[in-house]
Amino acid sequence: MVTIGVPRALLYYIYFPMWQRFLTDLGCKVVLSPPTNERILNLGTQATVDEVCAPVKVAFGHVLDLADKVDYVFVPRLVSVEPRAYICPKLMGLPDMVKHSGNKMPELLSPDVDLSRGKMSIARALSEARHTLGKSVWPTLRAFYLSLGENHKVEQRLMSGLTPEEAFHGTAWRRTPGVRMKVAVLGHPYNVYDPVLSMSLIEQLRRSGVDVVTAEMLPQHKIDVGLQGLSKELFWTLSKKVLGAGLYFVKTPREVDGIIVLSSFGCGLESLIADLLERNARRSEFPFMHLIGDEHSGEAGVVTRVEAFIDMVKGRSEHASNISSHGNLQHRPTSTT
Amino acid sequence: MRVTFPHMGTCSIALQALLENLGLDVVPPPPITGKTLAIGAQYSPECVCLPFKVNIGNYIEAAENGADTVIMAGGIGPCRFGYYAELQREILQDLGLNVNMLVLEPPLGMITEIWHKLSPLANGNSFAKVAEIFYFAWRLGKSLDHVEQTLNRLRAVEMLPGACDRIWNDTLRTVGKTRTFRELRESAQHIDWMIKTLPIRQQKPLKVGVVGEIYMLLEPKVNLEFEKRLGRMGIEVHRSLYLSDWVCEHLLPEPRAKLHARKVKRAAAPYLRGHVGGHGLETIGHSVLYANEGIDGIIQVLPLTCMPEIVAQSILPRISKDFSLPIMTLILDEHSGEAGLQTRLEAFVDMLHTRQAIATGVEHRAK
Repeated sequence: MVTIGVPRALLYYIYFPMWQRFLTDLGCKVVLSPPTNERILNLGTQATVDEVCAPVKVAFGHVLDLADKVDYVFVPRLVSVEPRAYICPKLMGLPDMVKHSGNKMPELLSPDVDLSRGKMSIARALSEARHTLGKSVWPTLRAFYLSLGENHKVEQRLMSGLTPEEAFHGTAWRRTPGVRMKVAVLGHPYNVYDPVLSMSLIEQLRRSGVDVVTAEMLPQHKIDVGLQGLSKELFWTLSKKVLGAGLYFVKTPREVDGIIVLSSFGCGLESLIADLLERNARRSEFPFMHLIGDEHSGEAGVVTRVEAFIDMVKGRSEHASNISSHGNLQHRPTSTT
Repeated sequence: MRVTFPHMGTCSIALQALLENLGLDVVPPPPITGKTLAIGAQYSPECVCLPFKVNIGNYIEAAENGADTVIMAGGIGPCRFGYYAELQREILQDLGLNVNMLVLEPPLGMITEIWHKLSPLANGNSFAKVAEIFYFAWRLGKSLDHVEQTLNRLRAVEMLPGACDRIWNDTLRTVGKTRTFRELRESAQHIDWMIKTLPIRQQKPLKVGVVGEIYMLLEPKVNLEFEKRLGRMGIEVHRSLYLSDWVCEHLLPEPRAKLHARKVKRAAAPYLRGHVGGHGLETIGHSVLYANEGIDGIIQVLPLTCMPEIVAQSILPRISKDFSLPIMTLILDEHSGEAGLQTRLEAFVDMLHTRQAIATGVEHRAK
């Protein structure tokens, strides 16, 4: 039996149920790399050029971690999953970056998916995968059709407030009693849910009695509400979700009490999107924090900033006297001016 | 309407001629200086790439001179340039500047869409007149590119240090200011004559290919004139991208440019399967083509955090190894210093000379 390694990185957080069903139905054994840890991060950092963003470094680490354990590592080349929108230039080049990085790399299973040019590209991707694995046409098509439904099955669990990891693997989280706040954590899923890259941000918030909402836990129609009124349609699938969710929360203030955007240093998409969101949040005086992390981030700094943010949001709702304790008046509600 | 535009090397000279010929009131942004970069960096997002910051600096300085409309290009991704204008509009708005942004987007449907978009700029000119004005701007841009390309080669062998720089300054002063075909022909002929009579040394200099992100290649104020620096060190510079090439490939029905693009793509194929936005694929393709042509070294130039070029940068070491060809990556942002750049270029050139000396057994004598 062919064993296929799936790196627990990047688009794993979106498409894993589908990939797993497809590969197991084809008669492959799926091996998942462990959650990101210090060793994987170091492996990846050493194997890449400095300029690459931390999530891609982590992905390299996961590929290298799987290298000796499996026959193939699954690194699809996802160019686009919808018309007129792309994933991200770095992810589009990922399989080639892995192949030509100069390290000893395992065999890759990397079908090309480019739906910006029509749905036929799926057929090509399937035949590519089929030839690599030596399977015939019908089992491949069957496995593909069966795998299509898998993501909808976990959707229900995501909407109930579980993270993708919890939704995929059936672990549940017990809500701390006495929750008074709800904070949106937005960002690319591979940053937000990765235990090392996010420095367990979601865990930390939940432990402090804060309910967490992410873009993955929002139904599509709410994200579309947020995206309405943009002067130009976004051409990045991942950013559509982040900006759509963010603008939705800004437009409907009672939904959450604050927004935290988590991105990695050097991320091209977030450099524009987070700023766009910040400008909108500032105009409506909505609590907003932008955390930028990389492979060197220290957890203590993040803990302090998150605590300060929670205090600030609490202060706004509990004793909003708007009188500064020191110096000049910092904030004046628009209604009194 | 007082229009302005962002700087981008010779592109802005052609664009200025175009707008002035249309009869518009043009306020060109002041030349890029350290102040432009400082203003741009202050009001832009921290992690955005350098062209964005320079654009913002240009807009603000032009607005101080009275401009009220910015002409900017759009795009359809995945490079972030396509979304520049949207955020730039918000930044100008938040700064309280009364500047209107006119974004030229590639048409999604009918080609006539373009005409509707451009109609405020046409300024009442007929279609034929507008076409002629566009053609003039294209000829102007092309002759500037031609002169620059020639000088990049000749600077390595000029007898009088600085002669090529002087010709280039003359070109900008004369050819760059022409507004009619007749003027353009005459001043271009004059420049051609100056180039032909330029005293040169008879020797074969080392050749370096330059690849990378288009803005950083085209705008000399931002790339710290590294091509001239290389030329002064006696290096013949071959740049992979000129504005006219880009226009040929994307805006004109020019079969030769399309064929060339296919050739570049095919050369890149063993290393990079498909496009990654921006000029990432072209960087790889041109590097392979240069390597096959027997170039001595390659320099890749990119702004910090440029996504497509980072993909290319990750793959270039493999090309360097496969063809046994030195490749250096220069990453620039608003903090880049001239001395650091000069040192790195000198070290790279020294290394190329040493390699040549080892290969031929003849030691290099400094210019």
